[in-house]
Amino acid sequence: MINYALLMIAIGVFAGFAGAILGLGGGIILTPILTLLMGVDIKYAIGASIVAVIATSSGATIAYLRDKVLNLRVAMFLEIATTLGALSGALLTGVIDPKYLYILFGLLLLFSGYNMIRKLISHQEVLHLAHPDKLSSKFKLDSSYFDNVEGKTINYEVEHIPGGLAVMYGAGIASGLLGIGSGAFKVMAMDTVMKMPLKPSTSTSNLMMGVTAAASATVYFFNGSIKPMIAVPLALGILVGARGGSRIMRDMSARSIRMIFVPILFYIGIEMFMKGIR
Amino acid sequence: MDKDTKQQTTEEMADVQLIIGKILRLGVLVSATVMLIGLLLLIVKGNGGYPNNTFPTDFTEIWHGIAQLKPYAIMMLGIFLLILTPVLRVIVSIYSFYREGDNLYVVITTIVLVILGISFVFGILR
Repeated sequence: MINYALLMIAIGVFAGFAGAILGLGGGIILTPILTLLMGVDIKYAIGASIVAVIATSSGATIAYLRDKVLNLRVAMFLEIATTLGALSGALLTGVIDPKYLYILFGLLLLFSGYNMIRKLISHQEVLHLAHPDKLSSKFKLDSSYFDNVEGKTINYEVEHIPGGLAVMYGAGIASGLLGIGSGAFKVMAMDTVMKMPLKPSTSTSNLMMGVTAAASATVYFFNGSIKPMIAVPLALGILVGARGGSRIMRDMSARSIRMIFVPILFYIGIEMFMKGIR
Repeated sequence: MDKDTKQQTTEEMADVQLIIGKILRLGVLVSATVMLIGLLLLIVKGNGGYPNNTFPTDFTEIWHGIAQLKPYAIMMLGIFLLILTPVLRVIVSIYSFYREGDNLYVVITTIVLVILGISFVFGILR
């Protein structure tokens, strides 16, 4: 039993570390590890993933709030769309064939991956608008953060707020209905659609995904999908890993984070697409 | 927005983020401690305290289990506390925006909390 717990803690440290840096919940990493390697039933793997998302989010957010990297206004503003999406997703269970959603969301992620590659090639990380976006000013979404790598404060502006809200609503539906991909879509909405820099995007995604996951976590908690023997050591490991990851992230360049992010986006995108056409 | 107000907003945000960070850290510490106690107890006792490796999933069962120091009951309480940490984050954000006098964001964050509340009720009923 000690060995099993230690193994789960180790898996958690890894998932929390990666999740904190990339703004992902880790479900996409954890579900295959738990089901294929550890032989965990898919029902309990999903339950453990939901707890994992919350642990990653809470563990990383502590550091990101202290470092002032994340954008709390953007988080709360967009969270309306995500939580509404999660609620509609839960209500839509059984109404919509998840098959089409897998295809749609898979393609969206591939498109987002393509956009990120374009950003890598063009070497343009921060957007400066000639004309400030009206909605962005109205909701005070423009902000700044101190970039350790560049050694300076970076002011940024965001744009395409309605587009960002739409993708966030979709992200909510995806997490409520399919139980996956909520972090990847959040980063996509902020980075690709709203043109927010990558570091505030991944750290804001970290804060948000915990709130979105909490909305659906009670369902899993009360229907017995969350097995304490799996979820507890995993969550403890993740809390430690996420703290470590959030510290390392400060000293990583946005470019290198993006380089890790792109293959993962393609992996998740192809995975979802294949699930849809199967 | 002119430069002064932008600067002011940034500074206010810094304060708010520090307060939220502190309260969130406390919440995470409490849930992690409860989970850790449960896990250690499980390792010491060698079983979760329930027949056939089952575990409690409603509040009554969990409370009864905690009173008898059953490892799985304590672990489930820890998980539930962890699930509450994002909710705590939203509540503290409302308070902080209120203290800053940012009514727009008090409203926005309250809407998030209400939607969360509806989801919780939905989760319990389903």
